[in-house]
Amino acid sequence: MVDRGSDDRMQLPPREVADVMPPHAHSWIGRYVFSQDAKYIALQYSGTAVAIGLVALVLSWLMRLQLGFPGTFDFITAEAYYQFVTMHGMIMVIYLLTAIFLGGFGNYLIPLMVGARDMVFPFVNMLSYWVYLLAVLVLVASFFVPGGPTGAGWTLYPPQAVLSGTPGGAQSGIILMLVSLILFIIGFTMGGLNYAVTVLQARTRGMTMMRLPLTVWGIFTATVMALLAFPALFVACVMMLFDRLLGTSFFMPALVELGEKLSYGGGSPIAFQHLFWFFGHPEVYIVALPAFGIVSDLIAVHARKNIFGYRMMVWAIVIIGALSFIVWAHHMYVSGMHPWFGFFFATTTLIIAIPTAIKVYNWVLTLWQGDIHLTLPMLFALGFIVTFVNGGLTGLFLGNVVVDVPLSDTMFVVAHFHMVMGVAPIMVIFGAVYHWYPKITGRMLNEAMGQIHFWVTFIGAYAVFFPMHYVGLVGVPRRYFEIGEPEFLTAPVDGLNAFISSAALIVGAVQVLFLFNLYWSLRRGREAGGNPWRAASLEWQTPETPPRHGNWDALPDVYRWAYDYSVPGAPEDYIAQTDPWVSDGEDRRL
Amino acid sequence: MLIVVALVLIVLGSIAFHLLSPWWWTPIASNWDYIDNTLVITFWITGAVFAAVVLFTAYCVLKFRHRPGHRAVFDPENKRLEWWLTGVTAAGVAAMLVPGLFVWKQFVTVPDDAAEVEVFGQQWSWSYRLPGADGVLGTADAEWVSGENPLGINPHDRFGKDDLIIEGGEVYLPVDRPVKLLLRSIDVLHNFYVPEFRAKMDMVPGMVTYIWFTPTRTGGFEVLCAEYCGTAHAFMRGYVTVVEAEEYQEWLQEQLTFEEYASNAGTAQPVRLAEN
Repeated sequence: MVDRGSDDRMQLPPREVADVMPPHAHSWIGRYVFSQDAKYIALQYSGTAVAIGLVALVLSWLMRLQLGFPGTFDFITAEAYYQFVTMHGMIMVIYLLTAIFLGGFGNYLIPLMVGARDMVFPFVNMLSYWVYLLAVLVLVASFFVPGGPTGAGWTLYPPQAVLSGTPGGAQSGIILMLVSLILFIIGFTMGGLNYAVTVLQARTRGMTMMRLPLTVWGIFTATVMALLAFPALFVACVMMLFDRLLGTSFFMPALVELGEKLSYGGGSPIAFQHLFWFFGHPEVYIVALPAFGIVSDLIAVHARKNIFGYRMMVWAIVIIGALSFIVWAHHMYVSGMHPWFGFFFATTTLIIAIPTAIKVYNWVLTLWQGDIHLTLPMLFALGFIVTFVNGGLTGLFLGNVVVDVPLSDTMFVVAHFHMVMGVAPIMVIFGAVYHWYPKITGRMLNEAMGQIHFWVTFIGAYAVFFPMHYVGLVGVPRRYFEIGEPEFLTAPVDGLNAFISSAALIVGAVQVLFLFNLYWSLRRGREAGGNPWRAASLEWQTPETPPRHGNWDALPDVYRWAYDYSVPGAPEDYIAQTDPWVSDGEDRRL
Repeated sequence: MLIVVALVLIVLGSIAFHLLSPWWWTPIASNWDYIDNTLVITFWITGAVFAAVVLFTAYCVLKFRHRPGHRAVFDPENKRLEWWLTGVTAAGVAAMLVPGLFVWKQFVTVPDDAAEVEVFGQQWSWSYRLPGADGVLGTADAEWVSGENPLGINPHDRFGKDDLIIEGGEVYLPVDRPVKLLLRSIDVLHNFYVPEFRAKMDMVPGMVTYIWFTPTRTGGFEVLCAEYCGTAHAFMRGYVTVVEAEEYQEWLQEQLTFEEYASNAGTAQPVRLAEN
């Protein structure tokens, strides 16, 4: 049945990439500390990101304790509350989500999925991790300096971020925050250049761009976006650092602080907001696009069906990536910028809903007429669809400039962005871990623990963030230490807040079970074999599991896209990308 | 199969919560019921899409779940279906965007007869300034702020001398009369937010921003700061009282002008201002 050569469609192009085995490290330190193996760097990145993410999780608990049970916990002062809010947001967005999707999944999956032996610049890749670790350590250090970490909100808006009315503003908290961000961006740039160049230059023979799994498309596009967006944050951080330390006035107008005139003058607070959101909006998609890509692959593999409309999916990723650079000011409708900007940014923002909706349709249409295995990755993918659709639709409220006005700066916004860029991408991270853990360790994660983890996380997170929209709708602003019982509340929000807080505590606690599962299954998980999900993409075809340094014996040749599932006439319900099988009739390869 | 039940219950539960929960926006007290209408349209469109997508997903999982011998259908793409869905989505988006932009046009177009009132924010209190008999607000800047001149009114500007200064966080507005609020801060970002008026806008040090609205019913309404402004952000509250025209005039008579305010604060002070 397998036809290897009689068909000229199976002729491979000449090899363009020299097959060079990266030099193996011989010392223990070279292998396990300063490793240049992308797979090991991926684990270092992920481990660090999860560790600091746990700090952010605990901070969210403390924050919810205050909101759910105000006045009960004496140690949660207003200062402490705003420090919790700020550090929770910053850690989750930058140091967890960005780092784990690009540094973690990017490093592990890109070389394996494109058929490379490693990233193209392994040494720079190693440096990327160590600079990231340094950034995390500087961030952690800010918890221990006098005055504590900054409490400026994760958006760090000047002038308050550098003044004494904000925790850490007149002390070192804000300085360490800005230094840490600058380090993070330096570290990311080293990694990001690697991811982009590896995808462009190190694909194996036969792996055309339009045969790449959507995971790679998502991470690749997000990386290019990050390389373009982070510089805006970089300069904003440097300028604010100058304002704080050298007395420049980039973002500081003449102002009076608590009765005292300061020496600043002539700067523009809104300029910072433009720079911040020129980075900040693409950042949403820097997190979302890898999640879009990964979830597409999870759905295809576990529904045993090709992803529906592959080409449309690729173009949707690219178009979303491009459009996301011209929507940033929708975060600033009530910032005091010229109101006519509202027309432009509302239009671009709502247009971006169209390619995003296409992605949702295509995920669901992939399920249609599939052979759906309700595995843990599939369950998390379904959880992603629900939370992403919910969070995406509330984006239509906030993107539509005039509807945003009453909702802006309320808890509705908090609920929206947690649903769409918190819960939804984290659902994908969990699904991805259950999916690729067997490749990384050779063992399956425990199913029973995984089921408990899924159900509590999915239902719990929905119970946290769905009702939170209504706390905002009723008028409660975000970043409020205490709302009290103002007259405008149509019903007291105390009970609802207590419910949300309780759900948040439970959802947080069940993550410990997930971490325990990661540890427990390392030794006692069921042996997985090389390809337990019977998946077609390249990373499942490695000669060894876990793949060794260098990944392959000889570089694999690729004959088809990553989605040949349930092809009529094929001997099995999947055909690996390395399999040169051709049907007797028409060519179904793309 | 639990997941199918869960998906259906999430849709039904969300709709039930939306319809039955007591947490809804506070009754409006301004002319911006257009905003409420646009919001309601958006709720219906997005709610329908949410229910449709999640229920369809649940149906797919139920119908096409794995059973022995079952095999998926190979179906790479369907151009017609994809373009059709794109078109429907674009139409739905336009149905929300177009009315939204019309209302935004009104929102940013201040009527000529709107009365001007300055809102003044600082960490962490509200003050107000009304034009005096000349009907014009004098210029002001953070540079002029002092203990005797808390709002930083330019002492050399004759238009400023009769401006009325309202400290203490409560201001009156006449009902059914459009008002343009000029928003000014001298330290950090603030945001003038009265839930009943729907409108809100940041106050940015170094510039003057604005919103306008027409109060449509009398009563007292709480003012909150909606842009994070430091540790006491949540406690930066004030009060707007909307009253009938006659009562408004009475209240106006009781307020001090800048000149009166300055002389009350101490006789030496105009000299010091001149030195500045």
